Amino acid sequence: MTSDLVILAQVAPGSNQFTEMFVEGLSLGTIYALLAVGFVIIFKATQVINFAHGAIAALGAFVVASFATILDIPGRWIPGAPAWVGWFGTVILAMLAMALIGMGIERAFLRPMVGEELFAVAIVTLGIDIVIRNITNDFIGQFPRPMGDPFGIQFLQIGPLSFAHTEVLQIVVALIAVGAITMFFRSRMGIAMRATAFDQEAARAQGINVGRVFSISWAIGAILATLAGVFISMFPRRATGVDQATAFFAFRAFPAIIIGGLDSIIGGIVGGLLVGFAESAATVYVTFDFLGSGFAGIVPYLLMLVVLIVRPHGIFGTEEIRRV
Amino acid sequence: MRGRPLLYTSYESDQAVMNTGTKRVMLGLFLVVLALVPLAIIPGIGFLAQSDWLRLLSEVAIFAIGALGLNILTGLAGQVSLGHAFFMGVGAYTAAFLGAGPGPFLGLGLPIWIWLPAAGIVAALIGVAIGPTAVRVRGLYLAFVTLGLVFVGEYVFRNWTSLTGGSQSGRTFPRFAVRAWKEEQPIVEFFTDGSWFGIALSGEAKTFYFVTILAVIFVVLAKNLQRSRVGRAFASIRDRDIAAEIMGVNEFRYKLTAFGISSFYAGVSGALFAVFVGRVIPEQWNLFLSVEIIAIILIGGAGVVTGTILGSIFVIVLPRIVEDFTNWTAGVASEGTGLFAWLADFFVSTGLGDFGIVNTQAGVAPGLSIAQFNQVLYGLLIIGFLIFEPLGLYGIWLRIRNYWKGWPFTY
Repeated sequence: MTSDLVILAQVAPGSNQFTEMFVEGLSLGTIYALLAVGFVIIFKATQVINFAHGAIAALGAFVVASFATILDIPGRWIPGAPAWVGWFGTVILAMLAMALIGMGIERAFLRPMVGEELFAVAIVTLGIDIVIRNITNDFIGQFPRPMGDPFGIQFLQIGPLSFAHTEVLQIVVALIAVGAITMFFRSRMGIAMRATAFDQEAARAQGINVGRVFSISWAIGAILATLAGVFISMFPRRATGVDQATAFFAFRAFPAIIIGGLDSIIGGIVGGLLVGFAESAATVYVTFDFLGSGFAGIVPYLLMLVVLIVRPHGIFGTEEIRRV
Repeated sequence: MRGRPLLYTSYESDQAVMNTGTKRVMLGLFLVVLALVPLAIIPGIGFLAQSDWLRLLSEVAIFAIGALGLNILTGLAGQVSLGHAFFMGVGAYTAAFLGAGPGPFLGLGLPIWIWLPAAGIVAALIGVAIGPTAVRVRGLYLAFVTLGLVFVGEYVFRNWTSLTGGSQSGRTFPRFAVRAWKEEQPIVEFFTDGSWFGIALSGEAKTFYFVTILAVIFVVLAKNLQRSRVGRAFASIRDRDIAAEIMGVNEFRYKLTAFGISSFYAGVSGALFAVFVGRVIPEQWNLFLSVEIIAIILIGGAGVVTGTILGSIFVIVLPRIVEDFTNWTAGVASEGTGLFAWLADFFVSTGLGDFGIVNTQAGVAPGLSIAQFNQVLYGLLIIGFLIFEPLGLYGIWLRIRNYWKGWPFTY
């Protein structure tokens, strides 16, 4: 036992299983939270359960990968710029492209379904998921596509915690995203979105352009999904880049959404972090032989089942008021 | 029955399965055609007697059983479930445990009249055991609970290698043969070439008869369930659960019943499918399978038995048609000139650097592989049907029927 600790101490001062788990959990948790928040915004504003969120994340990551490594956008227009400037430009342009794609999906497939049963709409998004996932996977091909990011495998030491540079970036970006969303909900459009989430018809009667609110919410959802997709495909998670399994990664974010409550943004963040920590704790601590392989992958679902038995609407979800 | 159509003078005639003479005749004809298909004596559809088409039709029957189960749960009782594949897996491995002979993996070697019903019963018991959770969470949360079920189930199947054989090679399953007990020589078997009553039949034809007869039995059961007290209770829960409770329908009990019955169908279907395929890896019972079953009931028409059958035929046969079509267009593109060749060339890509939506050489030529293209088609069909025709193929049929019924009037 002591010898193990000594060896670990040589790797990073003060590092042990717990700190490893903490960093891993935080990093996973922010990815899940990014996915969950986008999902919740779409759900609240448009009443759509978006099963295609994972596929959109994978498509976003692929767009970043192809912009960065194949098309060289925007690097081809700004020769001589440092690598990181080009890469951030790539991500921002890819986010804009994905926002347009998200708005397009909403306009083409979900606008005709407004007012339909929630289930029917959810199944439509399941269909969208199948379409986007297969087409994206066909573009990706057999081998992973690297993100082309300039970070590499470097670590930042904060006390006993050792963060990869990408993980620091991830946490910073997640904080910025949460801040931006908080600001957004105070803007004119954000207030319109809150009104729409409260009651679509009443919002319409007040002169709010509900269709535009739908578009914007899908744009935000797609942007957040793209960010998550990029982080899924970088060093600590999957160093080789975006591959055919990326779309499935997001399926593990669904428990996070349910745990937090389908219609709560705070719930999405809390649920995401909770699931991230639970998963990394299971990876580090739960290593019994009889559990076999892949146990950590189903921990989010087990957690979700437990939470749902105790609180059927999630931790922060609004209890549904049922009327005859 | 004679006289004015749709005039019912008693509750019985209103509730009759075949409330018109036409339905009776058409159903009879359909069953006769089904019985004659493997004999290749019907002009026009003789090709269906080829062994690959017979296998496809057997698969249709097996999937129809599974889809009928989901139809009872989703279409009739209104509970969305993404977990159907899990229950199919449970059924399959129950069948393997009870029916397969002793070998590298667990197996008791019991006869089919034990393992086939047991596959359904064990799946139903697990369905009922999970039920209380599923009843507590409602609506959209239920979809996620059942989604979790698929992932947890896949994990269990993957790691329980003594039963499932693990991800590498899977395991083998018992075969379609009726034995009284564990004796060597089966009384009847449904998988080798032979002759019944002096008619030579291939193994595929025998399998086809076996699963089709089972499917017909399950269709009759489902149809009758729908017009029973239980079926009406399901429909009332689907339409408005609180109102149903106020009318005296015990919501908890009927939701559990719906889960149980649906899982029973799924278990039987899963067992049949595994036996039919012969060797199955644990990853078979994943979300795709669930989505395929959902596609069947949505494309066919949710809540309608006829629709489920139409949907099974459509969804299972579609990949074969796409494959044939792709190969045919590849032929057109390679030889011909003119507009059709150009269109075909646009559709199919045959080699490196050739543009096309679908390719005939996966991994080499650009474009979607046939399997991927099929998936995309499923997705687009699900979207399309939900947006434009929520009643599915059955809805289209209804419109056609009503057009001719009312002709020359449009109403």
